[in-house]
Amino acid sequence: MSSSRDIILERVREALAPLPKRAPLPEWDLSRARSAVAPAGADLWPAFAARLRAVNGTPVASPDELVALLGAKGWHHGYCDPALWPALKAAFPATFTVETAFDRERVDDYQFGITSAVGAIAETGTIVLNDRGTTTRLAALAPWVHVAAIRRENIVPDLASALAVLGDDPNVIWVTGPSKTADVEGILIEGVHGPGLQVALLLD
Amino acid sequence: MARQPIDQFVEGISAEKRASVYLGTKVTHEKRDKLLHDHYADPDALRRLAGEIKQHVVENLDTYLPKVEAKLQSNGVKVHWASTAEEACAAVHGIMKARGATKLVKAKTMVSEEIGLADYLEHRGIEALETDLGEFIVQIDHDHPSHIVRPIIHKSRKEIATSFEREGLGAYNDDPETITRRARAFLRKKFLQADVGLTGANFVSVESGRLVIVTNEGNSRFSLAATKCHIALVGIEKLVPRDRDLGLFLNLLARSATAQQLTVYTEFISGPKAAAQPDGPEEMHVIFVDNRRTEVLASECREILRCIRCGACLNVCPVYRQVSGHAYRSVYPGPVGAVLSPLLEGDKFADKADLPKASSLCGACNEVCPVNIPIPDLLLRLRNKGKREHAPLAEAGSPPMGAWALMASSPAAWKTALVAGKLMNVLPKTWIPIPAMKAWTDTRTLPEWRGGEFRKWLRQRPRKADGTKGSPQSHTP
Repeated sequence: MSSSRDIILERVREALAPLPKRAPLPEWDLSRARSAVAPAGADLWPAFAARLRAVNGTPVASPDELVALLGAKGWHHGYCDPALWPALKAAFPATFTVETAFDRERVDDYQFGITSAVGAIAETGTIVLNDRGTTTRLAALAPWVHVAAIRRENIVPDLASALAVLGDDPNVIWVTGPSKTADVEGILIEGVHGPGLQVALLLD
Repeated sequence: MARQPIDQFVEGISAEKRASVYLGTKVTHEKRDKLLHDHYADPDALRRLAGEIKQHVVENLDTYLPKVEAKLQSNGVKVHWASTAEEACAAVHGIMKARGATKLVKAKTMVSEEIGLADYLEHRGIEALETDLGEFIVQIDHDHPSHIVRPIIHKSRKEIATSFEREGLGAYNDDPETITRRARAFLRKKFLQADVGLTGANFVSVESGRLVIVTNEGNSRFSLAATKCHIALVGIEKLVPRDRDLGLFLNLLARSATAQQLTVYTEFISGPKAAAQPDGPEEMHVIFVDNRRTEVLASECREILRCIRCGACLNVCPVYRQVSGHAYRSVYPGPVGAVLSPLLEGDKFADKADLPKASSLCGACNEVCPVNIPIPDLLLRLRNKGKREHAPLAEAGSPPMGAWALMASSPAAWKTALVAGKLMNVLPKTWIPIPAMKAWTDTRTLPEWRGGEFRKWLRQRPRKADGTKGSPQSHTP
């Protein structure tokens, strides 16, 4: 008895055999995928921040600005990647409780999660996370606020450039704004399963 | 004259529902159009290019499938093959049994709808929960999605609030934000308790073996953060040759499906989680599903296998906008469904032979298709197939054309008819004895009959001095 694999591949070969010739693979220049809103220039943070705002994301340029944002909303309990904490600690007053270990039994206790992004895409306002750069996938997803810490030099201009640097990490995820749905009568609601507020924090 | 099933169905749709489907699809279509033209000088050229790439993939699946299998395996992914729906369901069940798993959370995948996975697993004591908000609502209502991208486009917030109340998800409240928060809280617990996360894949890169999955809600990401085993159901046509080709497809997919520049979560998954990562699957399976795709590949409609399931053809289709998704009696509605659904029936093609006729052949579906599928041509090929195979449904709703054929093939009969037609200018229209004509005049007015004018012009038109027929440019009329 042949395996399903062999059956399928045999059917594929039989289906294609009568074709006199096969459609060739067109070569194409990646610049064609660049949209009119893709930026150029050395400092891509301003362009990235503008595109992030366009998808209802929130760019913040310093730890102080981040703390002001969280404090104003009363979000005082969160998680921070232990590698980032030493640089951010000074900005957080004692009213904040920030844990550097994430407990999946209490995912709803964390109002915010701060993790490292490996890059960002200016054209689309996208934050790039991967498995080796993210301490825990859940901390970057389950809290209402996700703060992705980004280095200016890791921002790429466009989507095509970001594809070229996917690298060998088994799990890369592009995040473009807060989690959202329009399933109910086409009305936009943010914060479905992931964050309702997506923040990008510039690390300088 | 027997009426088409789709016409019979449409009578049962309330005016309110019809208006909301019409408006929802129209708005998305218009935003899509604006975004593409604001962002690209020549979006049509991009659609054609994407179509050429996918046609190349479809016509080279014999080499790409073994290649991608090898790549996936070298990335640490277990590859399975399922030639039928039953085999695909059994493969998922088999993987779960081997792990002692009883709970599965599902991201939105059209293939799982196609193979009836949730029902299959539930009959075997496995909880298989939809996590996309729309699909979750479809599941608790034992309903079916009516749109590829917006599964509950046919439901009102009132109906949803009633369902939530019935399911114990809180007192009646039809505020969309409250509905969403309640689903968030309920499904969050389910994600964290689940053993397996099941997804589809929007694309699989042959070059890298990366699965690309896009969602706006983050449900796929949550299931792949909370569970230890990932199963992906992938139709054999989902391949793209290289990672760089995704630059084209991701841009076109988000704009075509939901008028976004990019979908919120775009995941590139090439294997189980990294060693140091505490969350996510330690085991990853890809099940390649045929389920008659190879029959479509062998057919004269193989171009439909380019489809990337964006739903743009539904949103633009004048028929879909009026009848909505359930009228198509299939997992895939709209123009793409009118081609794909009858083909996926295999030897039961005749059961859906009416669907290719649910089109005015206006061509809008082809114009918006991000992979430039010539849907109107394919619909015509399937109409022919229905006729050739004498499928009764292929005849439903067709006016009898025998009298027309006699008249049009006899010059004398034709001339008489042209003169007789003049009577229509003086007699009441309700006297017209042809049912098809009556269906037209019930809702529309006819212009004045001017039959015979062209023949008169042809006879009397000026000729050149040498007696040959003049060309239109050389004479004034």
